[in-house]
Amino acid sequence: MGPRSTYKKHVLARGVSFISVAFILMIWTVSTHFKWVDPVFLPSPQSVWQTFLELLREGYKGISLSSHILDSLYRLFIALILALFTAVPLGIFCGISKYVLAFFDPIIEFYRPLPPLAYYALLVLWLGIDDRSKVALLFLSAFAPLFLATVASVQRVPQDRINAARSLGATKPKVLLYIILPSCLPDIITGLRTAIGVTYATLVAAEMVAATSGIGWMVLDASKYLRSDIVFVGIILMGGIAILMDSLIRLYQHLQFSWVGKQDS
Amino acid sequence: MQTSAPTTAHSSMAHNRNPTLIELKNIRLAYSQEHHDTPILDDINLQLDADDFVCLLGPSGCGKSSLLNILAGFQTPTAGEVMIDSQPHTGPSAKVGVVFQHHNLFPWMTIAKNIEFGLKMKGVEKSERKKLVSDYLNLVGLESSAHLLPYQLSGGMKQRAAIARTLATDPQAILMDEPFSALDALTRENMQAHLLELWQKTKKCIFFITHDVEEALLLGRRILVMHANPGRMVVDLQNPLSSYRQSIQELKHLKEFHDLRSYLISAIRNKEVNSPRLGWLR
Ligand SMILES: Nc1ncnc2c1ncn2[C@@H]1O[C@H](COP(=O)(O)OP(=O)(O)OP(=O)(O)O)[C@@H](O)[C@H]1O
Ligand SMILES: [Mg+2]
Repeated sequence: MGPRSTYKKHVLARGVSFISVAFILMIWTVSTHFKWVDPVFLPSPQSVWQTFLELLREGYKGISLSSHILDSLYRLFIALILALFTAVPLGIFCGISKYVLAFFDPIIEFYRPLPPLAYYALLVLWLGIDDRSKVALLFLSAFAPLFLATVASVQRVPQDRINAARSLGATKPKVLLYIILPSCLPDIITGLRTAIGVTYATLVAAEMVAATSGIGWMVLDASKYLRSDIVFVGIILMGGIAILMDSLIRLYQHLQFSWVGKQDS
Repeated sequence: MQTSAPTTAHSSMAHNRNPTLIELKNIRLAYSQEHHDTPILDDINLQLDADDFVCLLGPSGCGKSSLLNILAGFQTPTAGEVMIDSQPHTGPSAKVGVVFQHHNLFPWMTIAKNIEFGLKMKGVEKSERKKLVSDYLNLVGLESSAHLLPYQLSGGMKQRAAIARTLATDPQAILMDEPFSALDALTRENMQAHLLELWQKTKKCIFFITHDVEEALLLGRRILVMHANPGRMVVDLQNPLSSYRQSIQELKHLKEFHDLRSYLISAIRNKEVNSPRLGWLR
């Protein structure tokens, strides 16, 4: 099969996805237009759009919509960056030495399956109700998937590749920096995608428990007043942001890691 | 040595030898399994000259790669020591370059970057690096592929790139473990000619593992044969054909080529054989 027909299939698949979205929008429009469902449960697309414009203009509870979004994203990014700069180096050392791994493994294996909200109360108690406890919570939920992806990836680096670098004169620290890290980068980025997914879910949950701003908080607060139109705007925004972030990372992967998964590379 | 090597081996060894570069002293290797140790290499003693082209033959599993790993410093022998330039060699270094059966290029680096890697590790100046990289790309005929990634190259091109990468660091010795075995016949012949030409130009010490007797005869100045269980040297032969500078194709038609070939094949198969008559050499 030539690259042309692969491209054709790609375009075709996009078309099918587009049809799926259009189909859902259509059902939504039709069902609200004929009042099949009470607008309190399912607001019409037009009213959701109106609410969105209104939120853009006036914000929610005195805070602009963009501040709500940026507040949430700020928490997310601080936590992800902290996790990247700790989980990746630690993962690399654990991937290299089974003793280092043996030390950290029980800690991570213990907290990883815990539902984040279970220890959120403790974090709030220790760090207060402001951003610090949220960032800590998000950090913890991002750390485990990044760490595990890094460890597994380091363990899969072919010994021959390391040997080749060593016999080209690379010292051990240079092998770490120039061979092991780039070898693992694609897996680390995939781990980052998982981490973003997990962290994003935790973020919304965290804002629902204790916050005065953020997109998750806006949705929960609006639901108290049965403002399902605002809830819808919030949910669609959250979903859209998640898809946008994931697509950006996938684009980066596509551009940067064309060599990954190529036979015999 | 168990099998009597052909008498010619000693006569041709009489030519003035270069200084010894690599010396293996009483090398033993055993892997411990469960309760007992399995000996893999048993008391290997070997000296390689600074300009030697040594081909190592032997049945599969006799320990050829293990020996190469010890020479490269990837594997520590159970006993004995490796000396390079009279210095103990305890770990991999740029002194000893390695070309693997699988090219082992770094998949995220372009061909040029792959070749540059060793130079960078050595701390060579950037402008100097650029010049050397283009020299070595030329040498293996890959100028036009400099900015491609390894997966975009054919098997033979990747192997050439791997050789260029090893040569660029200017090692004193180059170890090769069946570097051409994955290539098709035509590419392999090209690569053999390439390598021979390279060796004649640079006169570096090359240690070349192959399971192909003809390849050993075409390339090697010296041919070693190993036997298994435990791995040991049984033949150490100066290849009389190597002083005949003919094309590889012509060499294959010589009667002596066929005599040596059947001699080596039986030596590998562990049969008592008579040395080939090679009176014509003297
Ligand atoms: N890590 C290991 N642990 C235990 N035994 C090993 C290990 N590596 C190699 N061996 C054994 O050492 C012996 C020699 O292996 P080696 O790879 O050196 O053979 P070889 O001569 O290169 O064979 P081939 O021509 O098939 O490449 C084999 O019997 C193999 O089973
Ligand atoms: Mg082998």
